[in-house]
Amino acid sequence: MSKMLTVEANPLDCYLRVDRIPHIWCAGCGIGPATGCFIRAIDRAGLNPDKVSVVSGIGCSGRVAGYIKLDSFHTTHGRALPFATGLKLANPELTTVVFSGDGDIVAIGGNHLIHAARRNVDMTVICINNFNYGMTGGQMGPTTPLEAISTTSPYGNYEYPFNLPYLVAASGATYVARWTVLHLRELERSIAEALTKPGFSFIEVLSPCPTVYGRLNKSPHGLDEMRVYQERSVIRNGAEPKEVELSANGHIVVGKFVDIERPTLWDCYQQVLDRAAKHKRR
Amino acid sequence: MAKDELLCGEFFINGDTACAEGAISAGCRFFAGYPITPATEVAERMSERLPQVSGVFIQMEDEIASMNAILGASWAGVKAMTATSGPGFSLMMENIGLGVMLETPCVVVDVQRAGPSTGLPTLVAQGDMMQARWGAHGHYEIIALVPDSPQEMFDLTIQAFNFSEKYRVPVLLMADEAVGHMSEKVVIPEITSKELVNRPRPKVAPDKYMPYDSKKGLVTPMAVAGEGYRFHVTGLTHDDRGYPAMSAEAQDKLIRRLVDKVRLNIKDITRYEELKVNDAEVIVVSYGITARIARYAVQKAREEGIKAGLLRLITVWPFADERVKELAASAKAFIVPEINYGQMVREVERCAAGKARIKSLPHMGGAVPLPDMILEAIREEAR
Repeated sequence: MSKMLTVEANPLDCYLRVDRIPHIWCAGCGIGPATGCFIRAIDRAGLNPDKVSVVSGIGCSGRVAGYIKLDSFHTTHGRALPFATGLKLANPELTTVVFSGDGDIVAIGGNHLIHAARRNVDMTVICINNFNYGMTGGQMGPTTPLEAISTTSPYGNYEYPFNLPYLVAASGATYVARWTVLHLRELERSIAEALTKPGFSFIEVLSPCPTVYGRLNKSPHGLDEMRVYQERSVIRNGAEPKEVELSANGHIVVGKFVDIERPTLWDCYQQVLDRAAKHKRR
Repeated sequence: MAKDELLCGEFFINGDTACAEGAISAGCRFFAGYPITPATEVAERMSERLPQVSGVFIQMEDEIASMNAILGASWAGVKAMTATSGPGFSLMMENIGLGVMLETPCVVVDVQRAGPSTGLPTLVAQGDMMQARWGAHGHYEIIALVPDSPQEMFDLTIQAFNFSEKYRVPVLLMADEAVGHMSEKVVIPEITSKELVNRPRPKVAPDKYMPYDSKKGLVTPMAVAGEGYRFHVTGLTHDDRGYPAMSAEAQDKLIRRLVDKVRLNIKDITRYEELKVNDAEVIVVSYGITARIARYAVQKAREEGIKAGLLRLITVWPFADERVKELAASAKAFIVPEINYGQMVREVERCAAGKARIKSLPHMGGAVPLPDMILEAIREEAR
């Protein structure tokens, strides 16, 4: 007779603040699976966790910093990127990760996003896109699809959303990918790759929000949205970012779209330090 | 750091430049800022000087980003500063609150110009004094210092860093356009490490470390990123572990400590300068550029035989309650000239508590008040 196997701990618990579990996320939410991919990616990349810092803003995805057992900063709404920029420049040895949501990074923090990409700050941004403001109860935002219902677009959203990979690629990001939380293996590999690649890396992670966005848009169960990902996703690595716009019924193009080399902000700053040293000697 | 990288000696420089040099002498090695008159010269000087001392200068996309960048840098263990004026100071407010909540040492310089809104970008005012005290939401306590000369722009920037490190709180240097743009002799002494304060550091193993261990006192030891402490800090109300704690009890414990660590150390933090107050019947209470003008008026009044004195506030927040209360017992009247429509006068009035008359002497900004206005007020109150 086989004995029941009791699992006391997961080998990756060392990356989690287990004393803070259970987490606040709803059943069917994609932030948990994406967080799982993130900690497995740190492990896979072989990084020293003592040297990895996570910075989050505000919102459901902003809570990730609080569950990760790394140096972690839960900052103000939209401001994770400039906070992380200061952290990274003051200690370039740190692997700096911003893990937050679409409303946080793209709406209120949108200006910081394009400037961090432009500067090519050496950091990895994991942006959960669940198409709405989940924590405040389901309002529309700059990623909400046209015509979608939200608590502040009860007659349908009348604004066009951002195509995020196109936005950050145009701003100067050197690594840009999009996955859904159905693509767990790909997402984990992609995060590991981004963590070890110098420069500004941006990964958009499409995620269900069954409790609010899903309920308002005829997919009230986590699985509803996952089925959509299964049926409509196509992997197109190297796809032109301009052409990966999300549409109501078309393909959800996922994959790694940008992977280029460009000196990072810190690389460029070294030249400033060299010039200042020469200037001083004169 | 090699000694020859620091300036030492006598210089004829403006207040903004002196502020930048004070920061470098204080050990500041990170500056993030955004151009704004009349504070731009601080950023310009830092952009030249910080690379010479292996520090980081970055011009951010706005003042919100600047404030956050210095918080991030401070959590990487580097002393950090930003400088701005009214409109930028307004933008920084939410994240000054974050700095208070995370207990992040840093220095914010506000070279005040006339407002509200765009106001008079190139002309003087002291209209942000109450904003300095109450600008971020929620109840907290802050430290703010006011320089009256380029020399004090240097000296008080060092003092601001020392207070920020000692009490783990953002410290505001509330300068004004006149002091920032005025050029005068500034003596830069050799600042030794003995004169510089560094934040309290944890002495326990990482698994025993709590970022806000209130058993360690009002100011708790601060780990920084990358040292293996693997801590969490949040702008949410939190417990000693730094974990979110959503309860009235946690709020009570946290806010009392954040406020008390400044409030109960008011004696250490309060700085003021006095001129002939002991027998004074009329005392002018002033600060910044206005105090320099008031000094002349007080001297003139003394020449006329009027028992006038000057209390120049250097620390404005927390307010020098005790000293004003003491002086209210002996003085007949306080005159409070300031370049706003009456801000710090409210504090003087509160502390005087009816024991002395209060005369507000407002100037709306755009110019400094003339000594005659203050002298005339002294004569009137002395009658």
